Amino acid sequence: MTEMHASATVGGRTVDLIRRFLDSDVFHSFKRSPVVMVAFCVAMIFFAGAFFSPWLAPHNTFDASTLNLMDAFRPPAWKAEGMKEYLLGTDDQGRDVLSTIMFGMRVSLIVGFCSVLLAVAIGVTLGLISGYLGGAIDSFIMRVADVQLSFPAILVALLIDGFARSFLPRSMHEELALYVLILAIGASNWVQFARTVRGSVMVEKGREYVQAARVIGIHPAMIMVRHVLPNVIGPVLVIATLALAVAILTEATLSFLGVGVPPTRPSLGTLIRVGNNFLFSGEWWMTIFPGAALVLLVLAVNLLGDWLRDALNPKLR
Amino acid sequence: MLAFIVRRLIQSIIVMLAVAFIAFSLFQFTGDPINNMVGPEASAETRQLLRERLGLDKPFPIQFLHFVGNVVQGEFGVSYRLGMKVEDILVQRLPATLELVAVAALLALAVGVPLGVYTGLHRYGAVSRLMLTLSLVGISLPTFLIGILLILVFAVWLGWLPSFGRGKVVSIGWWTTNFTSWDGFRSIILPAITLSLFQMTLIMRLVRAEMLEVLRTDYIKFARARGLTNRAVNFGHALKNTLVPVITITGLQIGALIAFAIITETVFQWPGMGLLFLQAIQFVDIPVMSSYLVLVAFLFVIINLVVDLLYYAVDPRLRIDRAAVGAH
Repeated sequence: MTEMHASATVGGRTVDLIRRFLDSDVFHSFKRSPVVMVAFCVAMIFFAGAFFSPWLAPHNTFDASTLNLMDAFRPPAWKAEGMKEYLLGTDDQGRDVLSTIMFGMRVSLIVGFCSVLLAVAIGVTLGLISGYLGGAIDSFIMRVADVQLSFPAILVALLIDGFARSFLPRSMHEELALYVLILAIGASNWVQFARTVRGSVMVEKGREYVQAARVIGIHPAMIMVRHVLPNVIGPVLVIATLALAVAILTEATLSFLGVGVPPTRPSLGTLIRVGNNFLFSGEWWMTIFPGAALVLLVLAVNLLGDWLRDALNPKLR
Repeated sequence: MLAFIVRRLIQSIIVMLAVAFIAFSLFQFTGDPINNMVGPEASAETRQLLRERLGLDKPFPIQFLHFVGNVVQGEFGVSYRLGMKVEDILVQRLPATLELVAVAALLALAVGVPLGVYTGLHRYGAVSRLMLTLSLVGISLPTFLIGILLILVFAVWLGWLPSFGRGKVVSIGWWTTNFTSWDGFRSIILPAITLSLFQMTLIMRLVRAEMLEVLRTDYIKFARARGLTNRAVNFGHALKNTLVPVITITGLQIGALIAFAIITETVFQWPGMGLLFLQAIQFVDIPVMSSYLVLVAFLFVIINLVVDLLYYAVDPRLRIDRAAVGAH
């Protein structure tokens, strides 16, 4: 960035960016912490395994013709009755548990990412408006935020879910369940984004560049989006990482409770719910493996979020 | 002080009205309630008669006032699913949830506070580090998974404790309790541990952070300089000053316990309000859903109000600040 080459190609710029990244404080703190590196690897393996599950999974669990009920309730491969092709055993319908976990994690991650995006969109917009405009709008938005914050997010998500169910026709529940879930989780998590953004906006509002922009007559909406937003987005990234962990847990909880994704597209929570029915008959692998996958995923994301918070915090450098 | 209380009361009433409005609009958006009550073959005349008797022909604001009036008198309507009066069901379910929440809160305090003090005092000890790591894992473990694991170990593999239901309960008036029989007491152990684990880690981390803060202050150094015993300094001076935030957070977390009881009650098939609410959502049983909403919001508002007042009463600094602001 220091010098501009007249002949700089796109490729050259990319190399430059990579070099800058390798030189940055964030990358240095990453290299220093083995726990974070392990967490990063775990998260990447899970993300890759989940998103490419249609190609990577050893069995296609959605293809009924490949299922064999004779293979139902197989324990993991290292047990006496286990089969080599089913590494983590099979479920009640003879589906490979490892494959269902990969497909299930895909659903969990899609819901998690989309709901965090929704929460960021709502929270950042309201935070910008609230902080920049101030006055009655600000106090109204913040009162609503206070009230919502006094109720636990899981309860708010359950309520939105129940609310949506009650005024959608029953036949559309299954179809729309995924979107309802994203809406419920997203709308229950916007408050922390709004509060953080509002706080930073109120600081930025007094800076010279904002005053200058105002003096030359730029529209307030334009100032908010083009000038203020890039300066307040840093902390949002950190909260979003931690919110992803919360969103994944909330999705799993709602699906476990039976008000989340439909059984036709099981997520990790649904798998645990189904496995739970067979806990007493000794088929523990149907519950424990999806559960372990969920915990490892959330733990990895939590560790990454904690690290990112410290790495981006100038006070701790 | 009086102005503060009045302002908080008004705020609480506004929140309750907003919640009542949401609960009321649940009925409005779910189609004609008359269709739920009579069959499709009912004549238009019967429908009209029923509509008038229920006050459904009145304008929206009047209906809302009517709804609020009913709720204030403790009338919540009739459950679509169970065909019983909702207030009767709630009274029947309330003791189960409240007992579970109370035991979980006490357990979280009884374990969380000592662990917090210990990890605060022995900051770099091996046990403290282990505890902090465990608490991070605890936060990443969802409540329902903790419940399932406890059931798997203590009910399925070891067979020591029951895995579902309240066991044998004894009625005292309208209240039913778990604590007067051995069977009932055994039944509450696993659900209470499940519900309290997250709060336990929260309280432990809070007490630890507060202890670290307080131990740095001058009056602790002075107490040590005076030659007081470690015990007197740590517990008499340090711990005492950490308790204000602990009381507030614990109070506010009781709300969270009531919410998370929904999950715990589902895992353990505990016949409380949470399980009732969840079944209501699955069956789109609007009267039960809206009553639960109003009741829980009421509990939350009361808890918030009491905690605010307690805080005000316990922390003298708050009073001075308020007075100074008021004088301007």
